[in-house]
Amino acid sequence: MSGPSDFQPSNPALKWIERRLPIFGLIHSSFVAYPTPRNLNYWWTFGAILSMMLALQILTGVILAMHYTPHADLAFKSVELIVRDVNYGWLLRNMHACGASMFFFAVYIHMFRGLYYGSYKEPREVLWILGVIIYLLMMATGFMGYVLPWGQMSFWGATVITNLFSAVPYFGESIVTLLWGGYSVGNPTLNRFFSLHYLLPFVIAGVVVLHIWALHVAGQNNPAGVEAKTEKDTVPFTPHATIKDAFGVSCFLIFFAWFIFYMPNYLGDADNYIPANPGVTPAHIVPEWYYLPFYAILRSIPNKLAGVACMFGAIIVLAFLPWLDNARTRSSKYRPLAKQFFWIFVVVCILLGYLGSQPPEGIYVIAGRILTVCYFAYFLIVLPLLARIETPRPVPNSIADDVLAKSKGRAATAASVMLALVVAGGLFAGSTQNAKAEEGGDTPPAQSWSFSGPFGKYDRGSLQRGLKVYKEVCSACHGLNYIAFRNLADAGGPGYSEAQAAALAAEYKIKDGPNDQGEMFERPGRPADYFPAPFPNEQAARVANGGAAPPDLSLITKARSYKRGFPQFVIDFFTQYQEQGPDYVDAVLQGFEDKAPAGVTIPEGSYYNKYFPGHAIKMPKPLSDGQVTFDDGSPATVKQYAHDVTTFLMWAAEPRMEERKRIGMQVFFFLVIFAILMYFTKRKVWADAH
Amino acid sequence: MTTASSADHPTRRDFLFVATGAAAVVGAAATVWPLVAQMNPDAATIAAGAPIQVDLTPIAEGQDIKVFWRGKPIYISHRTKKQIEEAQKVPLSSLPDPQPDSARVKAGHDQWLVVIGICTHLGCIPIAHEGNYDGFFCPCHGSQYDSSGRIRQGPAPANLPVPPYAFLTDTKIQIG
Repeated sequence: MSGPSDFQPSNPALKWIERRLPIFGLIHSSFVAYPTPRNLNYWWTFGAILSMMLALQILTGVILAMHYTPHADLAFKSVELIVRDVNYGWLLRNMHACGASMFFFAVYIHMFRGLYYGSYKEPREVLWILGVIIYLLMMATGFMGYVLPWGQMSFWGATVITNLFSAVPYFGESIVTLLWGGYSVGNPTLNRFFSLHYLLPFVIAGVVVLHIWALHVAGQNNPAGVEAKTEKDTVPFTPHATIKDAFGVSCFLIFFAWFIFYMPNYLGDADNYIPANPGVTPAHIVPEWYYLPFYAILRSIPNKLAGVACMFGAIIVLAFLPWLDNARTRSSKYRPLAKQFFWIFVVVCILLGYLGSQPPEGIYVIAGRILTVCYFAYFLIVLPLLARIETPRPVPNSIADDVLAKSKGRAATAASVMLALVVAGGLFAGSTQNAKAEEGGDTPPAQSWSFSGPFGKYDRGSLQRGLKVYKEVCSACHGLNYIAFRNLADAGGPGYSEAQAAALAAEYKIKDGPNDQGEMFERPGRPADYFPAPFPNEQAARVANGGAAPPDLSLITKARSYKRGFPQFVIDFFTQYQEQGPDYVDAVLQGFEDKAPAGVTIPEGSYYNKYFPGHAIKMPKPLSDGQVTFDDGSPATVKQYAHDVTTFLMWAAEPRMEERKRIGMQVFFFLVIFAILMYFTKRKVWADAH
Repeated sequence: MTTASSADHPTRRDFLFVATGAAAVVGAAATVWPLVAQMNPDAATIAAGAPIQVDLTPIAEGQDIKVFWRGKPIYISHRTKKQIEEAQKVPLSSLPDPQPDSARVKAGHDQWLVVIGICTHLGCIPIAHEGNYDGFFCPCHGSQYDSSGRIRQGPAPANLPVPPYAFLTDTKIQIG
């Protein structure tokens, strides 16, 4: 991509092709001989990391589309079936869902790097603008992908985001109807979002080609911000940059794998494990973490149209950056004031992200407004002003000089960069933890669970006792839709034999048919059958339970959570704590009290529960001591019942957990060794370049 | 590319490169595995392929029914005396895929032929009671099967396969 190449393959067959299509010369000049500045630091490996993430997202996405059903009635279930039944489906889904977050995480670092080192300045303006276009496309793709599982957050996220367009004067409502394909978000919306979510990544790939093309025309910027002048300033792309990028990628994969295998739901929202319900909005609509700063800006403006305009403006302003900042010196390394303002801006962005996750009340609104002003002031006031008043420090004459000047203290750089990455990742990711604001439920006490931590396994005895509690108590009102009897014999489950699972299935009557006479009939259950629902439909469930339909329990431990708060959620990232759901379920089962404390009024037909949000729960106290007898001599107490049934329900929600953690350990072992090998290979390759 | 250390220890340097390359290959192969394995039938599909039971009492002599097992049509024919005799009399040497009738039915249940109704040529479904051999005729490319489901004429290379099945009682079979 940097002009005609003099590369000639020696193999006659390749020569024959090369004369007709000079593709080997193109590859050679773009990715082998291409001169890359000698002084690039590890922040420059994020280009390669992003290329890999795009490829990985497309690959896993195409595969997931093989198993996914884009229909409002079937989408949620098909995602669950991918995770439960498809071979390695849990892995593919986690890779894709966490991959989206990693993609954004990497793109933010890539963007901040460009900002810090002035990579948008002449002659790289088009390169930068193409990057802004990629970022916008990524946001659209990420948003539509989040809609596809058709959970509560998917549905209400789609509603809120599409409604942004209703702020457009005159045409707003028509645009929104056009996006929906109906009177509200529904099946047509889901179908088109699926189609577009499949299309846009390929558009992104196309713009990435232009982005790389533009990069190879202008050449890479570098930390010194001076252009490469002589051969001494550069090294060939292969092997130097290739190996360095590969080392960066392998380190990034370790970070990525931490989420895939150990914290797959850390970046997600518990509400998205509740199937979409057009009649109930979750208490707090929060977008994925990577949109939070813009969401905060949106909410800071008390006018609908102005809010939407500011939100989009916050992104569009980036495209004008090359002209807003016309300081001659590129790199902030040599701009003492710009450097400080850059870091202030980074903090502003992170704080905006945090505010985006908080409820729009009180101090949060005021803080949001101040920070929104700061955000825009950075681009519209600070940068143009600095270009006039700042006196930059002298820049080195050449890249080679820059390299010589700092050949000391290099060893520590890689380590400190990686450390900074992990910490920043934890902090950034932590801002996802949304506000399950205190709605009057006490914080459930943290329990000790056999399945927590990197080596956690389900306690078989507890699973079997929990199944008994479910069968004898919970199943009277609550379904277990996604669990088939055959699952009871699955590896990593309650440990029954296939014969035992079949015998248990045969105890149930399953509706089947129609038979040859055209009639429905009942037959004994088979292993392939699912636990039958206690009520024929939601209305029946509602009317039999005082107006509140008892939720299905298959996903309840993942669909419930509570606020961990700062800084606890950052610590959770490192300790892999993700048992908010089980803690909550266990607490609610034990949280019933006969008399509500003074000052709390419980409406007729509801019961007081210490941990239930709002305290008034429609479910009467379900468990009491001695209600279920265990064969293994475990105590017949509510505490034991609650613990066992919660363990069972955690397995029901995450039946592949043991496999996930086992494979995760193998992957980690491999990746760490691979990264170490890559590190030493990189050092050998670069030995002569330093 | 020569530095002091690499010139002194050329083998150590080579070993590092080979080890890194080998690790990359192992990692790539291990990554490809789940990406391909996901295409195999999922657990729900496999569970749905469990054995089925079929009651034979409604099938009169000379009639047949089609049931589905693992998505495949299974013909269950209640053969007439004539059909059984024809099937038993044919000299094996005249068959493209020689197989005695006794190997295609269960002993003592000569009247019941159970075959997978998928033409062994290219997978179309042959029509029962058609063709010149009192058996099956495939409309796609003209393959003809006899009353034992054996190929007699046409492009199909093999007899209609017999699925795994067993008689639970004289009037009930379990397929699979």
